[in-house]
Amino acid sequence: MIRFETRPRPTALVSAAAPLGAVAAALLLATIPLAAAGAPIARAFALMAAGAAGSTFALTETLTRATPLILTGLAAAIAFRARLYNVGGEGQLYAGALAAVAVGSGAVDAPPALLVPLVLLAAALAGAALMLGPTLLKVRLGVDEVVTTLLLNFVVLLFVQMMLEGPFKDPMGGGWPQSEPILDAGMLPPLVERMRLHAGFLLGIAACIVLHVLVARTVAGLKIRAVGDNLTAARYAGMSVTGVMVGVGLLSGALAGLAGASEVAGLKGYLTADLSRGFGYAGIVVAMIAGLQPLWVLPAAIFVAGVFVGADTMSRTLNVSNYIADLIVAFSLLSVLVSSLFVRFRIRWS
Amino acid sequence: MDGVFDILLSASFWAAAIRIATPLMFGVLGALICERSGVLNLGIEGIFTAGALAGWLAVYLGAPLWTGVAVAALTGAAFGLIHALLTVPLGLSQHVTGIGVTLLATSASYYIYRLALPNVATPPRIEPFQPVSLPSLSDLPFLGPILQQQTPLTYLALALFLLAAFVLTRTPLGLAVRAAGENPAAVEAQGLDVHAIRIGAVVAGSALMALGGAFLTMSAFNAFFFEMTGGRGWICIALTVFASWRPGKALLGALLFGAFDAFQLRLQTQVGGAVPSQVFLMLPYLLSIAALCVIARRADYPKALMIPYFKGQR
Repeated sequence: MIRFETRPRPTALVSAAAPLGAVAAALLLATIPLAAAGAPIARAFALMAAGAAGSTFALTETLTRATPLILTGLAAAIAFRARLYNVGGEGQLYAGALAAVAVGSGAVDAPPALLVPLVLLAAALAGAALMLGPTLLKVRLGVDEVVTTLLLNFVVLLFVQMMLEGPFKDPMGGGWPQSEPILDAGMLPPLVERMRLHAGFLLGIAACIVLHVLVARTVAGLKIRAVGDNLTAARYAGMSVTGVMVGVGLLSGALAGLAGASEVAGLKGYLTADLSRGFGYAGIVVAMIAGLQPLWVLPAAIFVAGVFVGADTMSRTLNVSNYIADLIVAFSLLSVLVSSLFVRFRIRWS
Repeated sequence: MDGVFDILLSASFWAAAIRIATPLMFGVLGALICERSGVLNLGIEGIFTAGALAGWLAVYLGAPLWTGVAVAALTGAAFGLIHALLTVPLGLSQHVTGIGVTLLATSASYYIYRLALPNVATPPRIEPFQPVSLPSLSDLPFLGPILQQQTPLTYLALALFLLAAFVLTRTPLGLAVRAAGENPAAVEAQGLDVHAIRIGAVVAGSALMALGGAFLTMSAFNAFFFEMTGGRGWICIALTVFASWRPGKALLGALLFGAFDAFQLRLQTQVGGAVPSQVFLMLPYLLSIAALCVIARRADYPKALMIPYFKGQR
């Protein structure tokens, strides 16, 4: 018979060891599909590590891939903290990207120095606006936000496709459904010469720090934690649960929207309907690996990005499907969930 | 307006509506059984994909069609068991675990598809289920031509609905499942095992969800495509709420949804290029959200939905 005993206060050691153990478990589980494909296990992992961090190029590619994941990871982390299950990061990312190209491709006449801030602001507002509906439906009508945000992902992607075939279509795009490029003044500058890594990564780090301070050191953060930990108690303490939820929803949507701006204005330069490879969904995994702690989102995002970038290299060399990366990420999410039990409880067999 | 009535009165329209509704019938019934026992199963979207692949792959590798159906159901049951073990005895977040199961089932399906068929440009095809005409039913006026175009899986879905409705409302087993979702402490007081009931319900419900996926690859189409489930699982979760967790309303909801989808498909061809096709493609998702909002105030949630139960707790 298994018994759970609540730990009065999780020790720092257990809190840090749990996600690492979970990641190790996920990599261990990944040996099953690798073996099924007949790949040499040790060499596969060595190739993945080299592909993710074996050279300046590999490392910058990983950090480039981590950039949207940091922002979507933060979007999920802050929302889940308040038990607002925003799983619409994918749609909010696209909404942000669409707003970014709308503002950044010359339609808005702004001084060059202001263009980048305007692009980012537009994307944040678009992401936030998209999350406003599901949040209000949840607090006013009790409609489950998971279902509404998931369904909106499909709606937004179709809307983006419609825009890219309609008003946003680049006449110089050779018939492809892609937007006009963002003006040079609206682009985020590269960080490393001849590499793709761009200033969006710094934006991500800054967002981690700001959110950490917000959650850990401010009254607003206290309210978010209170609403997440015990809704009834928060209400008794006189907090406006609706206000907190709406604030968190807007912030979460804005962060995911920024991820979209960072991808178009930092990396691609223009918008296509295949901008995101599931970055919104991967953000949920990042947030869970990070234990919903904003500062931990950074290493968690780099890990998940490393899995994707490393798996691409490995799959090319060993001829294994690169869906192995998606499998490792899914294994990570489930094992992180299980490992969270070890943080909250001592587990006894009797 | 004449066009609209022509559509609504044509047998081919209603045949299409039932065809579109069939995977939703499986999915909404599966979700309903899980949720009546107190467990939200957001693994549904991934289980749809896994069922679609497993059934199709079994047939592609030489198994008879009905064996493929069984393989799909067992695959769904296996993923359901993962969800159940994590959320019922371990009491982990049903939201996050469900998303995790969806990610796992989807990526496992795609990985296995690539593993089984490494170098295919066009998806290979199987010989899918063919429409059957049951002698007495096909002779019915109006209904006959509609039913004639349906495959055995549609009849299976309808039969399972009847069976599930009977079991849920008329048998001790159904009572136990419903009670586990309403008042688990009372179930335990009766000497029944809440965890076993919930795990059983989630496993059974997940097997049904997988059949919805199998319908796509073995009846509606004859091949497996990436992202072919297209959010049908999430729509089923919305339909379950819309149906207030009642089997009869759930069947009606799935059929209404199928009719709406079939209608927009026909409208799309009539309107032609005047309205972008994406507007029509958005409608099913927007309709699902609208259905949730309409019903929200009156939604009669199972009282213990999403609340983990531990022995001796009250």
